Amino acid sequence: MSNEKIINLTVNGASVQFIAPSHRTLLEALRHEGFVEIKCGCEKGDCGACAVLMDGEPIDSCLTLAWHADGHEVVTIKGLGDKGNADPLQKAFIDTGASQCGYCTPGMIIAAKALLKENPDPSLDDIKRGLSGNLCRCTGYTRIFEAVEVAAAEMRGETQEGEAA
Amino acid sequence: MSTPDLTTPNAIANVNLRQVGKAKPRNDAPTKVYGKAVYAGDFYMENMLFAKVLHSDRASANIRGIDTSAAKALSGVHCVLTAEDLGDLNRVMTDLPGQAGGGTKNTKQPILADDCVRFCGEPLALVAAESYEIAQSALDLIVVDWEDTEGVYDKFESQKPGAFNVYGDDNIVAAYKIRKGDIDKGFEDADYILENTFSSQYQEQAFLEPEAAVAWVDEHEVLNIRSSTQVVEHFRAVADALGLPHNKVHLTAPYVGGGFGGKEVMTIEVWLALLAMETKRPVKLIQTRENSFISHGPRHPFTFTHKTGVTKDGKITAMKIKVTSDAGAYAKLSPYILLYATVGATGPYRVDNLWIDSTSAATNNIPTCAYRGFGTMQANTACEAQMEEIANLIGMDSLDLRRQNFIQTGDPNTTGQIIRSAVWSDKCATQAKAALGDKEDNTDHLAYGHGIACYQQSYGRIRWMKDTSESWVGMEMDGTVIVRCAVTDIGAGQMSALAQIAGEVLGVPMSEVTVYFGDGHVNPLAGTSTASRALYMSGKATELASVAVRENVLTCMAKHFDVSVGELDLADGRVFVLDNPERGMTVKEMIKLCAAEGVHRHNLAIYRAPPSEGLDPETGQGEVFPDFTYGAHAAKVSVDVDTGEVTVIKSVGAHDVGQSINLRAVEGQIEGSALMGQGFALSEELILEKGVLKNGSFSEYLIPTSEDVPEIECIVLESRSGLGPFGSKGIGEPVFSPVAASIVNAVADAIGTRIFHLPLTPEKVLAAINEKKMKQAAE
Repeated sequence: MSNEKIINLTVNGASVQFIAPSHRTLLEALRHEGFVEIKCGCEKGDCGACAVLMDGEPIDSCLTLAWHADGHEVVTIKGLGDKGNADPLQKAFIDTGASQCGYCTPGMIIAAKALLKENPDPSLDDIKRGLSGNLCRCTGYTRIFEAVEVAAAEMRGETQEGEAA
Repeated sequence: MSTPDLTTPNAIANVNLRQVGKAKPRNDAPTKVYGKAVYAGDFYMENMLFAKVLHSDRASANIRGIDTSAAKALSGVHCVLTAEDLGDLNRVMTDLPGQAGGGTKNTKQPILADDCVRFCGEPLALVAAESYEIAQSALDLIVVDWEDTEGVYDKFESQKPGAFNVYGDDNIVAAYKIRKGDIDKGFEDADYILENTFSSQYQEQAFLEPEAAVAWVDEHEVLNIRSSTQVVEHFRAVADALGLPHNKVHLTAPYVGGGFGGKEVMTIEVWLALLAMETKRPVKLIQTRENSFISHGPRHPFTFTHKTGVTKDGKITAMKIKVTSDAGAYAKLSPYILLYATVGATGPYRVDNLWIDSTSAATNNIPTCAYRGFGTMQANTACEAQMEEIANLIGMDSLDLRRQNFIQTGDPNTTGQIIRSAVWSDKCATQAKAALGDKEDNTDHLAYGHGIACYQQSYGRIRWMKDTSESWVGMEMDGTVIVRCAVTDIGAGQMSALAQIAGEVLGVPMSEVTVYFGDGHVNPLAGTSTASRALYMSGKATELASVAVRENVLTCMAKHFDVSVGELDLADGRVFVLDNPERGMTVKEMIKLCAAEGVHRHNLAIYRAPPSEGLDPETGQGEVFPDFTYGAHAAKVSVDVDTGEVTVIKSVGAHDVGQSINLRAVEGQIEGSALMGQGFALSEELILEKGVLKNGSFSEYLIPTSEDVPEIECIVLESRSGLGPFGSKGIGEPVFSPVAASIVNAVADAIGTRIFHLPLTPEKVLAAINEKKMKQAAE
C-alpha cells in the first residue's frame, strides 16, 4: 500500500488527527473524519462545493492533498458561525433566499468570506469574479450576490443588526 | 362553451393572507447555511461498505463474458455482482408511478447489462468493499470480453427499415398523432405558409449533488435506503426488482441537492439494495461526477418541423408539425416526454386546424429522460422561434402576432381540453417586453437584440395516472403545528411551503411549524417532486388538512365565545373575535380547551387530481393535464459580431403564478430558470460521438457561472385561478419554459438571421453572421 502518515491539523479551532495515505485528498480525509459539511460535487476543482479556508485562504479541498494540510488551520462553513452567533454572510444567505437546494452553499459562503476579507467593499463585478469558481444550479446567483452585498454592508458597519431582514 | 367565473378565488374564501404570498426566509435555510443539513451521501453507519459501479465505456457491443475473479480475490472486496448473479431478477422498472396508479407504461430495463450494452454508461458490475479506493481497484480488475456492434446513433436513421435494432421490433419507443379541424382547408385559407425545422441538443441537469445513497437491512428485516431522490415511491420498484414485499422496503429522501428531473426515475437505489441484501451490511455509494453525467438521462434532443398557415392579418389558420425525439437506448420516460412535446407543440396558441405526428426513436445514445420542462420546453422553444419567423414574413410586430392567436380561458387546446383557469399571456408578455426598455444602438462591434417568448406549460401529472397526494396536519397540546407529508424537498422549498400553508391557515408563524417530509413510511405518501406538482398536490392536501383542523378548533371556540365560526379568526398565535380582537386567547390555551372537549386536533387529507381517461388514438383528443401556467420571458442580448459571443444583458420573467406561496421562492425559481435557460440557449450541450460522451465534466460542459449573470427581473402576477393551494399554479417548470426561446429570439433580432439548431455557440453565431454578410454581398 501507499505511504501513510499521521496528519495533525486544526479544523474550526479544534485539533484533529488522522492517518492518511499520500494520495488522499483533504476532502476525502475530512469527510471521513465526520466533517460532512464539506460537500463533494466534482472531485476535480470545477465546482467549488468543497471549498474550505486553509490558513484563511480559500482552497478546493478536492485539489489539496491531506498531507499538505498537515500543521495548518482549516475552517469549514461550521466554523464561521451558528444560530446565535451567525456570520453576517450566513444571516444574509438566510434572509435573501440565497440558498435553495443548499448543496453549493457551504463552499459558496466560504468563497464569499474569502472575498470580503480581501475586499470589504466589493462591486457587483468583484462579487461575480470572486464567486466564479463556485457553481450553483438553483438560484441563478442573483440572491447570492445580494447576500454578499448585504453582509458586506453589515460588516462595514453600514447597516444596523437585523435591518437586512 | 362556458367561461368559468374567475372573480372568485379558487381558495379559502375571505382569508386575509398574512404569510402566504409574502417573501419569507425558508424554513430549510438555516440548517443549510450553518452547514448542518445532512444529505444522502453524508450518512455514516458502523460497519459500512463502500460501493462502486462499472459503467460501460462503449455504446453498442455484445458481452461475451465478464471475468470478475481477480476483483473478487482482492483483499477488502466483499461483493461483486454482474447480470449473471441476478438471473431472472435483472429488470427494474424505469416508469414512474409515484402515487399515480393508472395508465403507466411499465417500462423496464436491465439492472446490469446481460448479453449486450446498448449505451455508453450502461452499468455492468457492482462492487462493495471496505473503502472506495479498494472498490475502485476492484473495478479496474474486472475484464469484459467485448464484441463491438454497429449501433445506430441518429434518431432518423434508427427509424429506417434495416436499421440496427436497439428497442422493440422497430426502434419506435412511442408515437402520437393529433388530427383536429380541417388541415387542408386551413392551409387554403392562409395568405402565407412558412415551413422551418428547429432542433435542440442534449442538456445535462447538472445538479450540484451527485447521486448518493446508503442502504442497509435493519433488525426488522426491512431494507432501508436513504437516497438523493425526487421520488420515495420508488420503494415499490426496488421491492419488485428484488422480489421483496412492498412493505419490506423503506426509501427515505433527506434534503436533495438539486434534481431538475435527473433524480426522477430510479438512479442508484436498486444497485445499493442488491449490495446491502447480498452483504448484509450497510453500503454507501456516491456517484462520481463523470458517472453521474452518463447514468441518469439528460434532456432529449428534439427536432420539430413546423409548417404554419397564417393570414396577412396574423391569424394562424393551420399548423402541421412533425416532432421527433431521441430516446436513447431505453424508454424510461420518453413516451410521456413525447406526449408533453406533442401537447406543447402549438405553444400558448389556439390552433383549430392542426395535424401533428410525433415519434420518439431509440438509438444507442445515452437514454434521455426527465428534465425541467419535460419536452414542452423544447416544443415551446421551436414554436416561439416559428412565431418570430412568421412575424418577420408578414411584417407584423411579433407580440401583436401572438396577441392574435393566444389561447384564452374557455378555448380548446391542442388536444381539445378546455382551458379553465386564467390565461394572462398578453399581460405577462406586455409587461416583460416593456421591462426591457428601449433598444440600444448597435456599435461597430456589438449588435443588440430584444426577444420575447410566451408558453403554455402544464402543472400536475397526466390525468389518467389518477395522481393523489396526502398530508397530515395536527396541533400539539402546546399549540405548535406539525405537518407530516412525504413530499421530497429537492431544493425549491417544497418543505417550507407546507409550513407556510399550515401556518397561514392555523394562525402560527411558518417558522414555528415543524414539517416531517421525505419519509414515506412514517408520513403519508405525497407523490413525486416532479411535473411541477409538489406544491400543487402536497400543498393542496396540506391546505385541506389544515382547513379541517381549523374548522374543528374554531367550532369549539365558537361555542366558547358564543359566536359563529365565521366571526372568529386565527392569527399570530391567537384565536380572536374578528370585530373585537381583544376577545380571544392564545392558541396554546385554545388547544387545551379543545383537548379537554375531545376535539379532533389533526386531520389526514387526500387531494386527488382531476382524472381523465386518455386520448382518442386516432385524433389525439382528450384531457391530458389538470391545468396550465402561462407567462412570458424577455431577454436583451448583445452579440459581438467579430467573435460571435452572445452576452445576455437583461432577463425578465413575467408569470401568472395563480397565487405565490413564498414570493421569494417564486422569484428564486424565475432567477434559477433564467440561468438554466440561458445555458440551454447558449452554451450547454453534451457531445456524443457514436454514443460516447466526450465532455462529461464541468470544465468541458459549461453551465452558466456567476460571471454570466445578467440583470434579472421578476414580475409575479396572481390570478388566483389555479388548482393549487390558495389558487396557486405550478411554477417550477413553467417559469423555465420560455427562457431559452426569448434569448434565441433576441439573438436573431440582433444579427438579423436565425440559427435553427441550439445551442447558439460563438462558432455558430459567427458563421451565421458571415453567411448573412455573404448573401448580402451576393445580392
